[in-house]
Amino acid sequence: MGKKPIQTDILQGTLDMLILQTLAPGAAHGHTIAYAIERRSEEVLLVEHGSLYPALHRLEDRGWIASFWGTSENNRKARYYRLTAAGRKQLSAEMSRWERVVRAVNQVLRPAEE
Amino acid sequence: MRWRRFFKRRWWDEERAREIVAYLENETADNIARGMPPTEAAAAARRKFGNPGLVREEIYRMNTIGWLESTWQDLRYGMRALRLSPGFAAVAIVSLALGIGANTAIFQLLDAIRLRSLPVQNPQELAEVKIAGGNHGMGLNQEYGELTRPLWELIRDKQQAFAGTFAWSANQRYIGRGSQVRHFNQLLVSGDFFRVLGVRPFRGRLLGPRDEGACPASSAVASYAYWQSELGGRDLASGIKLFADNALVDVVGVTPPEFFGMAVGDSFDLALPFCQPKDGLRRDIFEVSVMGRLKPGWTIERASAAMAVLSPGVFEATVPPERDPRTDRMYKHFRLAVYPASTGVSDARQTYGKSLWLLLAITGLVLLIACANLANLMLARASARGREIAVRLALGASRGRLLRQLLAESGLLAGIGCALGIALSQTLCRVLFWLILPEGETVDLRIVTDWRVLLYAGAAAVFCSAVFGALPALRASNSSPVTAMKAAGRGMTASRQRFSVERAVVVTQISVSLVLLVAALLFVRSFRNLLTFDPGMRESGITTGFLGFWQSNLPPARWLEFKRELLDEVRATPGVLNAATTTNAPLLGSSWGHGVRLGSVEGDSKFTWVSPGYFDTMGIPVVRGRGFNLDDTAAAARVAVVNQTFVRRFLGGADPIGHTLRTIQEPNYPSTVYEIVGVIPDTQYNDLRGKTPPMAFAPASQLPAPGPWTGLMILSNAPSAAMGATIKRRLAARYPDVIVELSDFQKDVRSGLLQERMMATVSGFFGLLAAVLAMVGLYGVISFLVTRRRNEIGIRLALGAERGQVVAMVMREAGRLLLVGVVTGAALSLLAGRGARSLLFGLKPYDPLTLVAAALLLALIAATASFLPAWRASKLDPMAALREE
Repeated sequence: MGKKPIQTDILQGTLDMLILQTLAPGAAHGHTIAYAIERRSEEVLLVEHGSLYPALHRLEDRGWIASFWGTSENNRKARYYRLTAAGRKQLSAEMSRWERVVRAVNQVLRPAEE
Repeated sequence: MRWRRFFKRRWWDEERAREIVAYLENETADNIARGMPPTEAAAAARRKFGNPGLVREEIYRMNTIGWLESTWQDLRYGMRALRLSPGFAAVAIVSLALGIGANTAIFQLLDAIRLRSLPVQNPQELAEVKIAGGNHGMGLNQEYGELTRPLWELIRDKQQAFAGTFAWSANQRYIGRGSQVRHFNQLLVSGDFFRVLGVRPFRGRLLGPRDEGACPASSAVASYAYWQSELGGRDLASGIKLFADNALVDVVGVTPPEFFGMAVGDSFDLALPFCQPKDGLRRDIFEVSVMGRLKPGWTIERASAAMAVLSPGVFEATVPPERDPRTDRMYKHFRLAVYPASTGVSDARQTYGKSLWLLLAITGLVLLIACANLANLMLARASARGREIAVRLALGASRGRLLRQLLAESGLLAGIGCALGIALSQTLCRVLFWLILPEGETVDLRIVTDWRVLLYAGAAAVFCSAVFGALPALRASNSSPVTAMKAAGRGMTASRQRFSVERAVVVTQISVSLVLLVAALLFVRSFRNLLTFDPGMRESGITTGFLGFWQSNLPPARWLEFKRELLDEVRATPGVLNAATTTNAPLLGSSWGHGVRLGSVEGDSKFTWVSPGYFDTMGIPVVRGRGFNLDDTAAAARVAVVNQTFVRRFLGGADPIGHTLRTIQEPNYPSTVYEIVGVIPDTQYNDLRGKTPPMAFAPASQLPAPGPWTGLMILSNAPSAAMGATIKRRLAARYPDVIVELSDFQKDVRSGLLQERMMATVSGFFGLLAAVLAMVGLYGVISFLVTRRRNEIGIRLALGAERGQVVAMVMREAGRLLLVGVVTGAALSLLAGRGARSLLFGLKPYDPLTLVAAALLLALIAATASFLPAWRASKLDPMAALREE
């Protein structure tokens, strides 16, 4: 807990997007997703792994992901999440929106490089 | 999605909890794999995860709907609070249930006779055609009859405004033969009646245009109720033949259970089609009501305008024969107009509408008083809970949240009270009928709890909970925690301002109950006035009778003789002291009049043809001249006895003996000259209320157009019921073809006082209830004030105040409240009295005696209610009161 946590509601959409993206290759359970996001975001987005679960709940509520109980690699029971068709559509929409935002911000910050 | 989650939120919570455990196990296993010792591995896993409780809570919150959850919490808390004080809850719920129940019951009655539409397709399209301003009493008039049959046929053929029209009339006829006959309520309908109304047969078929033909009609349709009760629900296919109204008819169908005809409160038994009499339709009998369905796009106004254009031609073509020129002119100037008819027609509506609105106001006020009592109880509870509320405020509860909590409690009470009240209302309706209806009478009213009734009860409940919930809640949430906590338990002399709400509530209660007591006394005294009112004739010991002999097939020439024979038979019955025939029984509502001319004065007078013993039988003295005797035969000179109003109206009070009166001609009643031979005092005519009209009597033998029937007035010393049975047996044995109906005159007259009886009973009951409620309220507030002033009273006593002084001090307090309440109440009753004016008999709405009596009664009640707490205060042990601090 060394780093100062970033206000998650600002980046909530981003966290949602990351979860969806993590699930894009295939189903995974909470523990795996947490580590994947932690690795990719260098702990900026996910300070405590617990805060992942409300996000998962919300995404499932919206029908973007679905869950089922399964057995993990080391033979433990775990709840697995997978992307639904709606989730896949949402992910691509989010990504293109994100790219537009990033391009726009970059243009503002570094106009000379263009 | 969210709703599904909401109902499964507990399951989801457990599911997430299991998932969190799975995470922790996974992480711990990974940590051990990374080489941590097991204890440290579990702790590190928990650190990595964060606070599982917070996570679960966040997810749980996502699954709930905030306001719903907290409302549910409030309700559960309210339920617990009520269960802690079951006495309070019971009193509150019972008084609310009674209050709302009584209100709903009266409203149901109003709804049934006044507001509900007819049970037919699209009732809002129905409209009725009438003569604007009525027909001024010309011709013969039947109940609900607005137009004549010839008028109906012209309107049917010429009108443009309606997509379909129909006419109907309702009357009572006989079914069966001779002494076995019974009444039935006949509905006569035009061919299109059922089709235009859109009524579908329950069994068989309904009447159509093909059934209209020459008299007598041969087919009939039974109402569901009549089919069930009188025809035993028999299969129509086997053929049901009835001897109805002097002809054999086939019952070809049954109407659905909900269809009662067009007159609310008067349901029909058999419906027969219009038929064409051999000698044509009469133009002077106003017997039918003409209705129709407006064409799309036609308003009442447009239809009225179209009918007005049609009127001159229609009336010109249907002038009744043998009238004087004045009536002719009036008739030709009549105009037709169209009126909405979606709720059908109803005499009950005319008669009882106003009384019911008044009763609704009365029950509403009673509910208000009950609510005021609850408000005071709740206020007392709120101050008892002052400390709890102070603690909650100090701990950071928001005022809004606290207010909601307290309102939830009163809402809960109101909700339960409302549900019970709705359940009670049907029973209360039945109790009301049972209380006011004379033995053996029934009311044909469908009392149903429809959406309007539910809405009304709901509104009453919301109103109640607002009244008794908002006051204490507002006060509680306005208190500052510091003072509340300090004050709790410390008895100081309460400041005036602190209790002003309670005072105001009690003053309101007292003034409203004064209004109700005044109303109750007015109605009870008015009813008593009617019961003891002398109509100018004998009522007790009289049996009225109706004898019909049209089934005997006697030639008209023998009718007069046969009537005399029947009368002699009745007079010969042991126990009968006197008897006479009459064409019209008094006080029972029916009316028979003719136009008369005396010299240059013209006007209307009631006419009754009676046999010689009539005045003796009825105990009416002949104050001048003579009554009738056996010499006044059909062949003798026409003679008449008139009443004093007649003399004043037509002769300016001069001695009438020897004057002649001439009747104005009508069909079957040629203009005839009668010599006035006697005068009787003014007696009531067809009603206990109302002014006596000019009345004339003539010998039964001189009746111009006699029918095969006669009315009877019988005086006996035996009870009317037993006497009636004896006479009936005797007549049935000798004249089996004669239809005999007998009933107790006094009982019949009193059953005409149904409305007065209802107002007296119900308002009397509610007036007393209001007084009792006000007493409870005053008692509560005075006791509360005394408790609050315990210390002060203790000190006063310790310093040497007399016990009597303490009692006086408390009573003065109550007296002040009473005085303010009575003064406002008196002002209010004077205002409210105007609404009751038309319902009172022999009383003015601002009757000082009634007002004083009500105020005294209330003062007595108030004194009783406040004396007890005052007495207790004076018995206070000063040492104990002071030591308790």
